[in-house]
Order: sequence, then C-alpha cells, then structure tokens
Amino acid sequence: MNIDSFNRKLNKKLNREFNGKFKAELKDKIIRVTGKSDDWNEIIKACQMCVYRKDGIHVVNDIEFTGDVIPEMKKPAVEDKSLDGEKCDVLIIGGGISGTSIARELSKWNLKIFLVEKEVDVALGASGRNDGEVHPGVDLHKGYLKTKYIRKGNHKYDQISKELGVPFRRIGQYVGFTKGYLRPLVWLYAMYKKYIVGIEDTEIVGKDVIEKKEPALNKDFKFALSNPSTGVVCPYGLTIAYAENAVENGAKVFLSTYVKDINVENKIIKSVETNRGTIYPKIVINAAGVFAEEIAKMAEDRFYSIHPRRGTDIILDKKTGLRFDTVSTVKEIELKNKSHSKGGGLIKTAHDNVLVGPDAVETYKKEDYQTTPESMDTLYNKQQITMPSLSRSEAITYFTGVRAPNFEEDFVIEKGRNTKNLIHCAAIQSPGLTTAPAVALDIEKMTIELLKESGEVIEKNENYNPVRKHQIPQMSELPAEEREKYIKENPDYGIIICRCEQVSKGEILDALNAPISVPTVDGIKKRVRPGMGRCQGGFCMPTVTKIISDYLNEPMMNVRKSGADSVLVYGETKGGEINEN
Amino acid sequence: MKTKNYDVVVIGGGAAGLAAALQVHKSKKSVLVIEREVRLGGILKQCIHDGFGLLRFKEKLSGPEYVERFIDEIHSENIDYVCLTFVTKIERTSDGDFKISVVSKDGCDEIIAKALILANGCRERTAKQIYIHGTRPAGVYTAGSAQALTNIYGQLPTKKCVILGSGDIGLIMARRLTLEGAEVEGVYEIKPTPSGLMRNVHQCLYDYNIPLHLSHTVTRVYGDERLEGVEIMQVDENFKPIEGTQKTIDCDALILSVGLIPENELAESLDIKLDPKTKGPIVDSDLMTDIPGVFSCGNALHVNDLVDYVSESGEIAGKNAASYVENKGKVNRNEIDLNISNDFLYMVPQKINISKIDEKVDIYFRSKKDRNNVVLKLNLNDKEVFSKKYQFLRPPEMEKISFDFKSLNLQDNDKLEFSISEVQK
Repeated sequence: MNIDSFNRKLNKKLNREFNGKFKAELKDKIIRVTGKSDDWNEIIKACQMCVYRKDGIHVVNDIEFTGDVIPEMKKPAVEDKSLDGEKCDVLIIGGGISGTSIARELSKWNLKIFLVEKEVDVALGASGRNDGEVHPGVDLHKGYLKTKYIRKGNHKYDQISKELGVPFRRIGQYVGFTKGYLRPLVWLYAMYKKYIVGIEDTEIVGKDVIEKKEPALNKDFKFALSNPSTGVVCPYGLTIAYAENAVENGAKVFLSTYVKDINVENKIIKSVETNRGTIYPKIVINAAGVFAEEIAKMAEDRFYSIHPRRGTDIILDKKTGLRFDTVSTVKEIELKNKSHSKGGGLIKTAHDNVLVGPDAVETYKKEDYQTTPESMDTLYNKQQITMPSLSRSEAITYFTGVRAPNFEEDFVIEKGRNTKNLIHCAAIQSPGLTTAPAVALDIEKMTIELLKESGEVIEKNENYNPVRKHQIPQMSELPAEEREKYIKENPDYGIIICRCEQVSKGEILDALNAPISVPTVDGIKKRVRPGMGRCQGGFCMPTVTKIISDYLNEPMMNVRKSGADSVLVYGETKGGEINEN
Repeated sequence: MKTKNYDVVVIGGGAAGLAAALQVHKSKKSVLVIEREVRLGGILKQCIHDGFGLLRFKEKLSGPEYVERFIDEIHSENIDYVCLTFVTKIERTSDGDFKISVVSKDGCDEIIAKALILANGCRERTAKQIYIHGTRPAGVYTAGSAQALTNIYGQLPTKKCVILGSGDIGLIMARRLTLEGAEVEGVYEIKPTPSGLMRNVHQCLYDYNIPLHLSHTVTRVYGDERLEGVEIMQVDENFKPIEGTQKTIDCDALILSVGLIPENELAESLDIKLDPKTKGPIVDSDLMTDIPGVFSCGNALHVNDLVDYVSESGEIAGKNAASYVENKGKVNRNEIDLNISNDFLYMVPQKINISKIDEKVDIYFRSKKDRNNVVLKLNLNDKEVFSKKYQFLRPPEMEKISFDFKSLNLQDNDKLEFSISEVQK
C-alpha cells in the first residue's frame, strides 16, 4: 500500500465533504484525524469516513471539539494510601463484564490479580445498562473480531450460567418482515449466515410458526428470520457473579479505585498511580470501557478512539411478560440505511420482564445516563410495529447506557503495540456481553504468554473452583418444600421485604454478606432485586435502608443509594421532645 | 407445612380488612386476617395526621388512633390474624374452596377458605410511570415513601423539596415536612384543579404559605448522586409542556403524589375481571367479584378519599362473604350493569344482583370533571327514575348515594344508566 497516495485520497474525500475542515494522516497503522469543529456529529462523520478496516489500522480522533466542554470522568472522592506499594501480577482496569470475566479466568492460575473499578460497584457502566441479550450473531459480518468470538461466546453460556448461578435462558429470536416478497432474499441471507458465517441454527419461519410461538407479534409479519440460539442473561448479575467467583478464587477487587496515571519506562509499565496509592503490576489489562482510550493514552499506547453512543431501554411490567416470550423485532430493509445503530427490539428478560430498546445516539458525554422523551418515542414507535398491543402504561422504569465503540465498530483485543506489558480489551460494545466468556479465555492466554515470555514461572491455582460458592437462593422461585427447608434453617427467608419481586430479608442479608458486599440500596437491588418491581421500591426502599443501616451498625443517614453523595435521608426528625408550656 | 381451615380469609389487615374481618366474625363465621407487614393497621400506621373518622366516629382521629379502635376489637373478639405473612398463591380447589399459600417466618403454609376478601390496598404511581426524565439520583420519593421514612423511621428525607401532584398524601406531606423544618418550595399539579381534598389544600398548603402551582409539571430531574434540582414547565390544556416556560428549581428532593392504583395482582392471578377505570375488580352490589366467593373492598377495589368509606366497604364485603359461606356458596347471580355516562370517572359497584336486593345499595362515584349545579340522574330503560342535585362535583371528592333498587322491580333485560347534566334554569 502506498501511504502517500492513501493519505492524498483520504484527504480529498474529507475535503469534498467538509471543505478543508479536517485532515487525516495514516502513520504507524494509525489514521489520525485532526481539525476543529463545534458539531460532534460532524466529528463522528469525519472519523467514520476515514475508517480503513485492514491490517490493524485504526482511526484516532484528534479533532478539537469546540461545541461544549467534554465532561471529565466522574471520580470517587476517596483518597488514601491503602494500595500504595502493592505489587501484583495482573492489574485489570475496569469492573465491567470484560474485566470481571478476565479476572475469573485468570484466577485459574496462581497469580496475584487486582481489579480496580472507579465506581462503588461492578457493572455500573455499560455492563449493567444493556438488555442482556445473548446474541446469535446473525447480523455480524466476516472478518470482524466480534464475529470470531460470537458463536464461541454464545455456546459457552449454558456452562457459564450454570457454574456462576446466573439466570440464563435460550428463548430464541424472531426478526419479522412485513414484506412477503423479501422472503427469497432473506432466505439467501440466512443461508449465507448459516453456511459461510457459521450461525448454524438460523432459519426462515413462516407466518404460522410466528403466530403459534409468539401470538402477540404483528399479524402482518409474513415471515421471520429465526435464531433459536438467542438467549437472555441478567447482565449485571453475570458481571457480579464473575467478579465474586474471581474473588472466591483469590483475585482482589478494589471498588471506588481509579487510575490517575500510568508510569511507562522503556515501553514497560512500571507503576500505576491510583487514588489508593501506587500499584506495581507486571501486566496491565485495559478493560476500561468508555475510558479505554484514556487508559491507552496514559499507557502510551493509544491507537484507537472511542466514540460514546447512548442507548435507552424501557423495562415493562412482568404482566407484559405473560404475553411475550422471545427476543423479537421488526426489520424493514432500507438499502440506504447503513448506520451502526442497533435496531433494538423487544426482549423477555431473564427475570421475566419485557425490555424495549435500545436506540443509539452519538454523544460526547461518556457518562450521560439521562433519559429523554425523544428516546422513549423512538422506541415505542418502532416496537409498536413489532407488537401492536405494546402500551406506554406498561413501563415500570427506563435507563440509559453508553456504549464504547471505536470507529471501526470492532473489538480491540490485542497486546500493546508500543507498550509491552499491556493488553487491550477495548471498544467492546454489543455483542460484548455474548462474547465475554470467549474473549476472557483468549485474554487469559495472552496474559499467561506475556508473563511466561518475561521469564515468570506460572503455576495452576490448585484451589480453583469454577462454581460460584456464594449463590443466593431465590426464594420466590423455589418449590414450597425447599423454601420451607430454608426458612426452618433461617426464618429471615420467610420475611418478605419486597412485595413486587417477593424478596425475603434472608436474601438481602445474603447479598450484604457476599464476597463483594456493596451495602447500598442499589447494590442490594442489583443482587437480589428489592425495588426492581412495579412499585420501584416505593414500599420496600425504607425497609431495605433500615436493614442496611442495621447491618452496618450505622444510622440510616449514612446509608447510600449508590455513590458516596447519594444520601437518602438527612438524619433524624425533630423527635418527641415535650414542650412544657 | 401446615394447613388450616377458615370460613373466610381476609387478605390485608388495614382499614378495609379489619372492618371486613369484624363483620365476618359478627356473622358467626370463622375468619383469618393475613397481613404482610409487621403489624396490623395498613397504611394508617404512617398517617399520623388527624381527620380520620369524622363520618364514622364523629371525631377527628389520627390514622393510628382510628385503626387502633379496630385492632382493639380484633383482639377483644379473639379474631385470628397473622402478620409478616405473605400470600404467594391462591388456587381454587376442586370443591370450590380457595387454597391460599402463604410464606412467613414459620415456613410455607396453606389455608383453605370458603370465601376470600381481597383488602390489600393500593400503591403509588412512580416517577417513571409518569415519564419524568433526566438523571436517576437519590431523592426522588413517592409521598408514601417519604411519609414512611418520616413517620415510621423518624428520618428526614429532604431539606428542601418540590412536590409534584396535589394528591392528598402529597398535601399532607407538604405540611408534615414543613413541620419538621424542611422547606417545601411548592406543590405543582399538572391539572388545572387540585387532585386532593379542598380541606387539605387549605389546611396543609395555604395555612403554611406553601404555593400551589396548577397546570405545571416537572419535566426533568437534575443531579448525579443526590437530586440537585428539577425543571418545571407550564402545561397546556392537553397537559403538554409549553416551550419557553422552563424554570429550574434548586432542591434536594422531588416528592411525588401522582396517583394511587389498587394492588390488583392477586385478583389478576385469579383471573378476576378488572374495571379499567378503577383498576380494581368489577363487583356487584355485594362487592363480590365475577368469581363467586371472592370479594373486594377498600382501596384494593377503588381508591377512596376517606377511610370511613374504606371501613364501610370492608363491612359490606365481610357481611356478604359470611352470607356466601352460610348459603354454602350457592348464589343466584342475576346481574345487570350499572352503566355510566362519560360524565363519570367511575362508579362502584359496577353491577347490581337483582335476585338479591334486600336493602339499599351504597353507590360510590367520582365525576370526571369539576361541575357546578348539576343533577345526577338514573334512567331505567331510558326513563328517569331518580335524580339528585349537586351544587359541586369534584373528581377528588368521592360521592356516595344509597339507592333502593328493590323499588324499581328490576327485570333481566332492564337497562340502567347514570348520567350527570346541568340543572335547567
């Protein structure tokens, strides 16, 4: 490839579109895009135009955005020296699905593993803010890393969910088409996916099958692309389970701990400075999600750019779940539509709710979890085609997550290019939850290789147990006899605290006593579900707060919803002083 | 696992359930009250303000005082009740009885009942159900949660708040929080008229100089961890926010009083038909649902404004449940609908059992809109058979009429319809 002519052509293309506003230069497998703009979408467009998806070439966005101040990363307030001087074999940055699954796979080995997460819990970024779909991979293309891992990841779910005790179900997917004449075309597509791409179970089903299996779907669907291997998992539940199993096997997870800087000497990371002191790792794994680019930069190994993309999901009442059982969506083929926005759909969750979403909106705010009325409208308007009976009154809540794609829209899973003791697990977006179990195994392999290369002797962890020990029994799912047994042993299992989700006090106490204990209202909610139901904690939030306060032996004013400043109550009321007059 | 038998099981030990149980007991049938919380009393436990019992006891009582009178009677009559006991499932047995599965500290038990009274109250609509957008910080509370924190746990949930919705609990909490030293910046109501009782608007807001902003709503919440402010907008007659009227208010909490919904999940699990207007079961003049032997009362049936009516409906359900048991479940159901015109928000009961009218039937209704100088009419086969004048009808204030349907000598195919019209001058 002639780099000069490549650069000339690229800049010509950019000039045509943006009138000389932006420049691009390919050098050392990096296409660096520069210039200035106050329009974020324009910046995204320019960078997307520069993508050259070959030879490991990546776009790096160095365009100055003048439209607004890009918010700084939210950091925990705590500053101490509790980790100062600590040495470890592997330091994983980021407690999402990537970081925690890597920690767990690495815990097979006799290594000192640290995982740092800036938030008060794991899974507070994209891993806790997605729809939990375990994708079949039918929409992926050849040549992508995503595609390489998708089937392996999907297949691993039966085993992983069993080992970690996380609800997972293969519920199947229907992509419905209203235009019957598209059937031959979609059939060809399906055959291509089946035999060339390797989505072995994809097939076309007719109207009769759709109506029988999913009668609530649009009666105008003439046929559907069916993918029986599609599953659903509780995404934050899986992340927590991975982290806990890693901890049970000896890994250490440090929450509210963030990376301030990385000290690199001669292409080797010597130390990592955190708000808890300086850590000296042998290997660093960058699994920092939307902040992976910042970490790469600190590690002097920035060769990709993350452009955050917001997505909102609506959670519907379990009553809706009674008339819907799969992952389904409508597909209207528009040949011109090449956007990377995921189509979204309806998903029966692992907890029997129905989830609508997500949409996709580019944003320069990496932690903007606000929801907007516009997103709601987009989601309802589209999915009311999938399921016409879908009603706005069925929503119990909604949330926004921020994806961490790069401009190539593919994962970055590789050893550092410049920095030797670094591994990137970056640009992980959908279907990153599906691929995580497979990706983690590869990263494990890379890590062990790197350690061995540097002359380390690595031994197996003889005590490794892939089965999570701390599994909290879900009382409402148990048959009466079994439930009775638990209650006889511990009467707290018989005291229902959350009426909507039927969560007992015993389960809440179990969550408080977990290997990764997060004694906040949200921490408990994520683990055992009080407040997840239709009253959204209206009845149980005060009680849960009180249980946490008793457990911590702290007044209720010291209990938090989630982060350090998320105060729930401001102290005691005036009390019962008697006025003598 | 234990199995116990009762004539009647009452689910819910609040104002409705206790009154129902006492009535069943007076009718010499065995009864058990199942309460999911630690103590009997239902939501009244946290309603420490006064104004309860004006109709029933001709006294102004606090919520706990009001319900204590019923609890005392439950104790003195030795009526069985269980607390911290949660109903997980209700099934119909082959003999037409009800098998109620419960879970408690003692394990999983079953109770067989010949009749069932659903008195399990209502719940609050949440911020998300009214589509409030923005961030998700701590400090967004329903009025009921704020009330529980303040009155049950003795904790101050806010120092400065905005209250959205002028439902009665919101108004009560505006006063309560003010008394505790918090600042209530204002109460905002999307509708052009208050949702709560006028007496509460005066006694809880105006007496404390708390402004009430009608035709306004909260459109956005700010704050990452704890709420830092809300955006308020004025709305038009279709409740759509008017662009340009945005106003940001700094506060640490948003308290919502935006409506109550009967808890109808148990009813639904029994496939009981619900009224989309009340969101509670459709009942006949005995407060029996479409499933024979299952009765509904109190706020589980429809959301009441006065506790006196709640207790009253409990008594009706209790009496009729006992008589259902007495008649060994043999009921002659010959029902005609109480049709209502568009003027009504709803009416309860929705049906009259014409083969079993032995006394006046209490009918509760709410007008859809504020009306002045109107007349309520009942037509039988398009012929007026009853009318009553009202100087005011307001949606927040439930109206009650007692009507003697026996005098109409109703037949199977008769058509009854209520309507409201302006008084002809």
